[in-house]
Amino acid sequence: MTYKADFRIWRGDTDGGELRDFKVEVNEGEVVLDIIHRLQATQAPDLAVRWNCKAGKCGSCSAEINGRPRLLCMTRMSTFAPDEVVTVTPMRTFPVIRDLVTDVSFNYAKARQVPSFTPPEGLKPGEYRMQQVDVERSQEFRKCIECFLCQNTCHVIRDFEDNKAAFSGPRFLMRIAELDMHPLDVADRQKAAQEEHGLGLCNITKCCTDVCPEHIHITDNALIPMKERVADRKYDPLVWLGNKIRRRGSGD
Amino acid sequence: MATGTTGPAGSTGTNAPGRAHIRARHLRTDRWWLSPAVTVTILSAFIVYSTWRAFANDDYFAEPYVSPFYSPCLASECDSMPMSANAPLFGDWWGLSPALLILIFPLGFRLTCYYYRKAYYRGFWASPSACAVPEPRGSYSGETRFPLILQNIHRYFFWFAAVVAVILTWDVLIAFRDEHGAWGHMGLGTLVLLANVLLIWAYTLSCHSCRHIVGGKLKHFSKHPVRYRLWGFVSRLNGRHMELAWASLFGVALADLYVYLVASGAFDDPRFF
Repeated sequence: MTYKADFRIWRGDTDGGELRDFKVEVNEGEVVLDIIHRLQATQAPDLAVRWNCKAGKCGSCSAEINGRPRLLCMTRMSTFAPDEVVTVTPMRTFPVIRDLVTDVSFNYAKARQVPSFTPPEGLKPGEYRMQQVDVERSQEFRKCIECFLCQNTCHVIRDFEDNKAAFSGPRFLMRIAELDMHPLDVADRQKAAQEEHGLGLCNITKCCTDVCPEHIHITDNALIPMKERVADRKYDPLVWLGNKIRRRGSGD
Repeated sequence: MATGTTGPAGSTGTNAPGRAHIRARHLRTDRWWLSPAVTVTILSAFIVYSTWRAFANDDYFAEPYVSPFYSPCLASECDSMPMSANAPLFGDWWGLSPALLILIFPLGFRLTCYYYRKAYYRGFWASPSACAVPEPRGSYSGETRFPLILQNIHRYFFWFAAVVAVILTWDVLIAFRDEHGAWGHMGLGTLVLLANVLLIWAYTLSCHSCRHIVGGKLKHFSKHPVRYRLWGFVSRLNGRHMELAWASLFGVALADLYVYLVASGAFDDPRFF
């Protein structure tokens, strides 16, 4: 079925912008990114949009469609009624560059603040074998395509610009959880998660999980387990006492 | 449709400087308000009902059934409830309803529960009401300060809730008697209490703190195969934590209502054998 859809696209840059109306052809099986490309080809050749794989794997085409953070390439036009106005805006948590393209360097800065995998001193390559059950747990987190939709939708920084300095966001708290669950990592991730990356600011309202195109259970499998590990470390006197008595760390 | 320019310096939220300025607070067109509205309605109804029943201090025992709101009884003023869990730790001086002494534990468990936190942060505090719908307030400190930093004691409430679940299980066992205390009988109330305690156990064991305690805290699953299997079991339950939270909330209210109706004489408990 081919029809003319009503699109409303945000056009502008750091100096200002507006939502502009377009009427554009839609064919069966198309996704929103196809329509954006048709707009570029027929009506708005200077429309800026970041994209790459068109397969939901590169994480480039993150935007907001009818107010919901989505990948443009993974949002089927069949999910909208033919008479529905489809509004597309850039992600509203990051500074805009132009049209649908935002500056996501906040995320790269936060990524650099997470120390990389830290094996025990003196351990040489080839001296350690991972068991499958130990690998599986963090494997889920490695599906992340870094589209930053979770960062975009997280109200801690979306609604409160001031929190950006103190909060790394779900993507990088998940990275910290992944490393903390690694059997070989010896860095102190728990203290850093709470004190340097703002885990306490997360109120586990699960928007990061809701928008993840890879369906990673960010909240249940990364953020909440990390909160529990931090509670062991900072808020549970009985665990603290037990570890003191048995002289046991978190190396289990 | 013109929507102005970038946000003024110093503003926060989606109109912070540098972001694409869109005057509308949000552009969601779906019924995003429905879920928080349902949450507020159901939780408010439960709060009203449970407050009434907790302060009523009446009609909570109809041999052999004990209301889950009044078990165990920690005061000495409770009705005579043969074989039920009576432990008058608070003696005579407690003048209010004995339900208040015990309800604080399941209440604390649900109040600090990771699922209910999401539900009431969204429903009651609009923090946020729905994804990409902005908060109405100007600052946010999450769970970093008092009182919300106390959410970290959820694990203690989990242990208390587990003890309460054991006691409620005993209440189901003694419900396999007739109204004269003879064993080997069963009524509709037995089934109601049994369904309630199964839901309570499922909700309690599916708790995120339980998942952490049984195995989530480990770095090496391979070194602890038994705890790994337990973690796997709790993880499967944990995937249904939201559904179990609501089902057990309805379950406990209905179990109490059933006992109330029987105890107040509004309803005769159908006996199966």
